[in-house]
Amino acid sequence: MKLTATAAHAPFTLPLSARQREKLFWALLMLLALAAFALLLLGPLYSLLSKSVADGSGQFVGLANFNAYLAGGGIQRGLSHSLWIASSSMLIVVSLAFACAWALTRTRLPLRGVIKALLMLPILAPSLLPALSLIYLFGEQGIFKSWLGDTSIYGPLGIVLGSCFWTFPHALMILLTAMSHADARHYEAADVLRASAWRTFFTVTLPNARYGLVSAAFVVFILVFTDFGVPKVIGGNYEVLATDIYKQVIGQQKFEMGAVISVLLLLPALLAFVADRWVQRRQAASVTARAVPYSPKTNRRRDLTGALLLSPVLGFILLVVGMAIYASLVRYWPYNLDLTLRNYEFGRMDGGGWSAYANSLTLASLTLLVGTSVVFFNAWLSERTPQPKPLLALFQLCSLLPLAVPGLTLGLAYIFFFNHPANPLNGLYGGMAILVMCTVAHFYSVAHLTALTSLKQLDQEFEAVGQSLRASRWRMLRQVTLPLSAPTLLDIALYLFVNAMTTVSAVIFLYGPDTALAAVAVLNMDEAGDTAPAAAMAVTIMATCLLAKGVHCLLSLWLTRHTQHWRGRA
Amino acid sequence: MRKPLKHWLALSGTLLALSAQANTELTVYTALEAEDLKKYAERFNQAHPDISIKWVRDSTGIITARLLAEKDNPRADAVWGLAGTSLMLLQKEGLLQGYAPKGVEALAPLYRDSQNPPQWVGMDAWMAAICFNTVEAKKHNLTPPQSWQDLTKPEYQNHIVMPHPASSGTGYLDVSAWLQTFGQDKGWAYMDGLHQNIKSYTHSGSKPCKMAASGEAAIGISFAFRGAREKENGAPLELIFPQEGLGWEMEAAAIIKGSKHSAAAQTLMDWVVSKPANELYNEGYAIVAMPGVAKPVKYFPAEPEKLLIKNDFAWAAQNRDSILTQWQSRYEGKAEAQ
Repeated sequence: MKLTATAAHAPFTLPLSARQREKLFWALLMLLALAAFALLLLGPLYSLLSKSVADGSGQFVGLANFNAYLAGGGIQRGLSHSLWIASSSMLIVVSLAFACAWALTRTRLPLRGVIKALLMLPILAPSLLPALSLIYLFGEQGIFKSWLGDTSIYGPLGIVLGSCFWTFPHALMILLTAMSHADARHYEAADVLRASAWRTFFTVTLPNARYGLVSAAFVVFILVFTDFGVPKVIGGNYEVLATDIYKQVIGQQKFEMGAVISVLLLLPALLAFVADRWVQRRQAASVTARAVPYSPKTNRRRDLTGALLLSPVLGFILLVVGMAIYASLVRYWPYNLDLTLRNYEFGRMDGGGWSAYANSLTLASLTLLVGTSVVFFNAWLSERTPQPKPLLALFQLCSLLPLAVPGLTLGLAYIFFFNHPANPLNGLYGGMAILVMCTVAHFYSVAHLTALTSLKQLDQEFEAVGQSLRASRWRMLRQVTLPLSAPTLLDIALYLFVNAMTTVSAVIFLYGPDTALAAVAVLNMDEAGDTAPAAAMAVTIMATCLLAKGVHCLLSLWLTRHTQHWRGRA
Repeated sequence: MRKPLKHWLALSGTLLALSAQANTELTVYTALEAEDLKKYAERFNQAHPDISIKWVRDSTGIITARLLAEKDNPRADAVWGLAGTSLMLLQKEGLLQGYAPKGVEALAPLYRDSQNPPQWVGMDAWMAAICFNTVEAKKHNLTPPQSWQDLTKPEYQNHIVMPHPASSGTGYLDVSAWLQTFGQDKGWAYMDGLHQNIKSYTHSGSKPCKMAASGEAAIGISFAFRGAREKENGAPLELIFPQEGLGWEMEAAAIIKGSKHSAAAQTLMDWVVSKPANELYNEGYAIVAMPGVAKPVKYFPAEPEKLLIKNDFAWAAQNRDSILTQWQSRYEGKAEAQ
């Protein structure tokens, strides 16, 4: 639809050459993408930012709120805590995820598919699940409390463990994408040159994963930096910036102060943007048109190393998930350990019950459809069509920005923007559409980075060849790029589905009487003291996502069988 | 298969449209317990079957923030079951519509807004309580505290959790109650002592009692309703109501200004102050707005009114910022050192 509208205009504009007309056409499409960002992201954020320079009654006060907040002294403590938590989680998660991605793509361990699925488990669960589980494991009544000695799980240790748990799959997903498109010829060359395994690792494997490593590092850093769920549940007295937003907005209803902290939280996004540009300039396609897919040869020692690298991570994930399932079946922890299914009768608890669950399914499916198409099309537009530099830079900034916006902040921004009487779209507020829009915007960045990493690894020569064959870019997209990227598309679809199922912070302000959501029900049941039913609903959500994951696996398998033949040598 | 479904949908759509004329849908924001919502709506519908309630439920802080954020374009018709102090805040922002429900005179004066017509009406009161885990107490050799002052004894060091007053209304309720009962200087001195024993400050008001119920802490400073619920579920809890007096807060209801269903909202308010409604509140709360209705509630003290402090809500609201600033500068910096 977009296409016909713009294409109809193009021929009648200025007397341009065919080439220029084409350029104009793509630039117009890019403008359309930017307009979508303006609506879904920049508009709401502007509404919020204008709050940060106004007092409670809406009078403009300049930077007074910032001064008040900085003078309060909370900032130094909150900021240093946030930085410490985010960087230590980042180091741990990226090294572990890299080790696991290496083991999954460079060894011939059996059951790699199953292991990968298990490693992705944390992403399938609402973030409340690891927090509850860690308390059952290491809290005062935890079965492994003695392991911690005098250290309490409530505090930095708990936050880092919890954050590592839920951010690990994000990093793994990016790194797997980065590492699964390897060119076998590089490894053959290394073999021929008799390079040692270590040398091959440092000269072939690591450089190829460079872009993925950097992406993963800043994704994890920012996810942890802006997350308030884990610190809220298990942070004890350890104050971080994100919980400060909660205190200001939910505790004291001071939106202007919440907006101030949000602005401060946005700064890392700008840093990340700079870092990304810097690395990207150095990134060359590693899968060229002549590439031959790498498939590791049998090597017992390497497989053993892989197994050693994978087991601790796998063990931790299974422990946390297993504990949550067990806790959801226990009648009253820790005083009555009888097993019961009673906690799964959500009808008894209300809190939205099964209709909330149905709403979540609708939201997740719509987010999957809308999100996957928009994300991939935009990424393709930015990567595979000729675009003016300024538009491209703006687009990059917009697509990374959501990563830096804490969910709570985005949700509030949406109220201010969409519920404004002057906004023609204010009828959307409270319905399913706004939930979908908000969820797509909220999880845009990681999906975008995944699409981009995958597209970058396809040689630009494909387009050049296509042009010389007079195949239009549309045809190239349909016949080459899309099939080549099908596995990535599936990953993005799963990522969006799962996050829409599990997200809480952004949608908590946006759901209406008919659109209560399952993950919000988890939060409400936990608040109401129904911890075990909360765990049960969390487990139900996880099971649903697991099912989605199962479908994803089958589809991937089918894809590999039917469309990825070209990757292997005949 | 597909066609009949379509027909069915069209049919049900028509039916819905028809029934909508006879039936007013009222969007009601609430912080009531989730499992009580059905019960509250059903009781109301026994008297007024023509009005169906659409609940939006969340915790007190989130519902209040949401109402304030929606200020320019309100979505709620009414609020039923939100902290009195939150409603006073909304009143100050000019969000509430004054209306004198039929029979509002029957409520105790404290439980209705003093303006005429009142902008909000009270429903019931919930009060502070100490949740004391007897199993953990035995393990750590703790004696049950009898008063707020007892909580500063060294034996309880690292065993007490309480809500953070900047995150949770319950937390602020406790702090302002101590300052009112003990006076400024003694109140802060008391909190200095208490802080030495605090294991952690939580972000929600019910969490401390939940932590006590599950043995994560031996003592939780929370509120009675939550303690009674946990006890009912089988937690080894003892509920302690300190003798110096309890901070308390009321649950209240109001009409939101600009409601498109003001007639139905007024009908709701009429019922909210009625006797059957007060009997309904009494099923979970020991103190209700209409005098003479309340019957004793399990696990609550026999004469709960006598334990309540004379809570000056206006004072608490006015001094909130300065009290929180002082609280944070005293205890937040030190909190991490433990």
